[in-house]
Amino acid sequence: MKIHQIAIFMENKPGHLMGICRTLAGAGVSITTLSLADTQQYGILRLITESWEKARAVLDKAGYVVNITEVLAVEVVDKPGGLLQVLEIIGGGDINIEYMYAFTFRHGEKAVMVFRFNDPDKAIALLSNAGVKVLDGVTLFNGMN
Amino acid sequence: MAEKKPRIEDRIFDLDECMPRDRLTELQIDRLNRAIERARHVPFYADRLKNVGEIKSLDDVKRLPFTTKQDLRDGYPLDFMAIRRDEIARIHGSSGTTGQMTFVPYSRRDMDNWGNLCARFLSSGGLKPKMLVQVSFGYGLFTGGFGLHYGIERIGAAVIPAAAGNSERQLAILRDIQPDALVCTPGYALNLAEILQAEGITLPHLKVGFFGAEPWTDEMRARIEDELGLFATDNYGLSEVIGPGVSGECPWRHGMHINEDHFLVECLDPETLEPVKPGEKGEIVLTTLTKEGMPVIRYRTRDISNLNPEPCPCGRTGVRMGRVTGRSDDMLVIRGVNVYPTQIEEALLRIREAAPHYEIEVTRPGALDVATVRVEMLPGMFSASMKEMVALRDRIVQAISSITGIRMEVELVAPQTLQRFLGKARRVTDRRAKDEDKQ
Repeated sequence: MKIHQIAIFMENKPGHLMGICRTLAGAGVSITTLSLADTQQYGILRLITESWEKARAVLDKAGYVVNITEVLAVEVVDKPGGLLQVLEIIGGGDINIEYMYAFTFRHGEKAVMVFRFNDPDKAIALLSNAGVKVLDGVTLFNGMN
Repeated sequence: MAEKKPRIEDRIFDLDECMPRDRLTELQIDRLNRAIERARHVPFYADRLKNVGEIKSLDDVKRLPFTTKQDLRDGYPLDFMAIRRDEIARIHGSSGTTGQMTFVPYSRRDMDNWGNLCARFLSSGGLKPKMLVQVSFGYGLFTGGFGLHYGIERIGAAVIPAAAGNSERQLAILRDIQPDALVCTPGYALNLAEILQAEGITLPHLKVGFFGAEPWTDEMRARIEDELGLFATDNYGLSEVIGPGVSGECPWRHGMHINEDHFLVECLDPETLEPVKPGEKGEIVLTTLTKEGMPVIRYRTRDISNLNPEPCPCGRTGVRMGRVTGRSDDMLVIRGVNVYPTQIEEALLRIREAAPHYEIEVTRPGALDVATVRVEMLPGMFSASMKEMVALRDRIVQAISSITGIRMEVELVAPQTLQRFLGKARRVTDRRAKDEDKQ
């Protein structure tokens, strides 16, 4: 149920993001979605790609500091209150969201969001019980095509 | 910059300061022989002094062994002590962690001499009996606070042991007690001056200031004197030798008179260990002549300075030592605290088994030093969670502060972005001199 997120340490310097994208493009890795968290000094680039193992290998080789984290891709009803519904389920289980961001595509009639919870297994159980779909990698990337 | 004429009345505290040079030399030889005998109680010296007979002239000093900071560290905790345990009157120590700290034991007589030596430079810098002195130096293992404290009491002046830090409290004492004299690091004096100015506090009583424990310049002195309205003098010392009291300025302020009746001084080329010509820059090497608790022979201070043997108009005969302009090792003095780059490495090893690459930059954007440590990220340290990254940075700041005793800025940078040097790593960039030029 979990998908792999690649995080890359970035310095807040011109050209740094370009270097990462060039490395991935050179290896034919397509970025499905990404988010960038930044501080004054550095940033954390988080991205989702179908070929995460390949992405990790080429980034490692290029000298980037890379971290693989398991995150959940959660279907969210694309209408007012959709995200609220998910948050209420999670909030009820005393689970904390460390960060989240969205996919640019829809899965059927639903939007899909990436969540990093402090307790992913508990989140999967709660969401599934409440009828909210947590997508695995295969379903997720098939839905794209 | 030499004073044309002293602006304060010169009071010589101890007539020994004016001993004629030939008598001083005789005294030094006599005391050196006795110091060598005392040092033979220390295994390190017993071994190295085996073939050293009586010293007949100061030229014979060449035959004596050197002592380094590392030797003292290797002698942890008290291998260099030359007195019995029940003769210890005090133990001080130099900054550092357990492994790097060095303890310095003092006998009763050492404590007595120390007070006298500090009184000498306090008196020559304008301190008089009954004055009120705020001592804003750290008390504790650090020698600064206590040394000055005893000197002040020896003169018959009164001490306010404000100790280091807590600017609000320091300001309250200055404002409400209005001391006559101030003791602190020059950087801290400027910092206080800025706050005083901002708060509109004036200190009409303040007359003299004694600033040491970190390098400063004539420009800084001019600013301190102007902003605090006092007469400022410099003094020098190091805990391994005694603490403050090795040398201090007279009112002519053209170098710090070394108390040569207690310390034998040499100025050597740090590479060849041969004496440099009078007035030329070299490493200051000190031998204690009277110290009982922990005598040191030819201690390599690593401080680069120069010695001026010309007679001084003040009448003191002790050779004058110039400002310390650098180090012959990689030690840094940051806000008065001695810091070695290896301590940063030690802190980083607490975070990760193999220390990441790092560099240290020291600047002086205002009155106080700012040290920034840049650390290259390694895979095991990186997390996708910002919370954890902030925690990592805080842990590094904490580790550095607990090892060095001072807070440094920590910046996380991408791998392979810090400059690499072949051979000896050059991890330190000191921009303080440049920053001062700008001010």
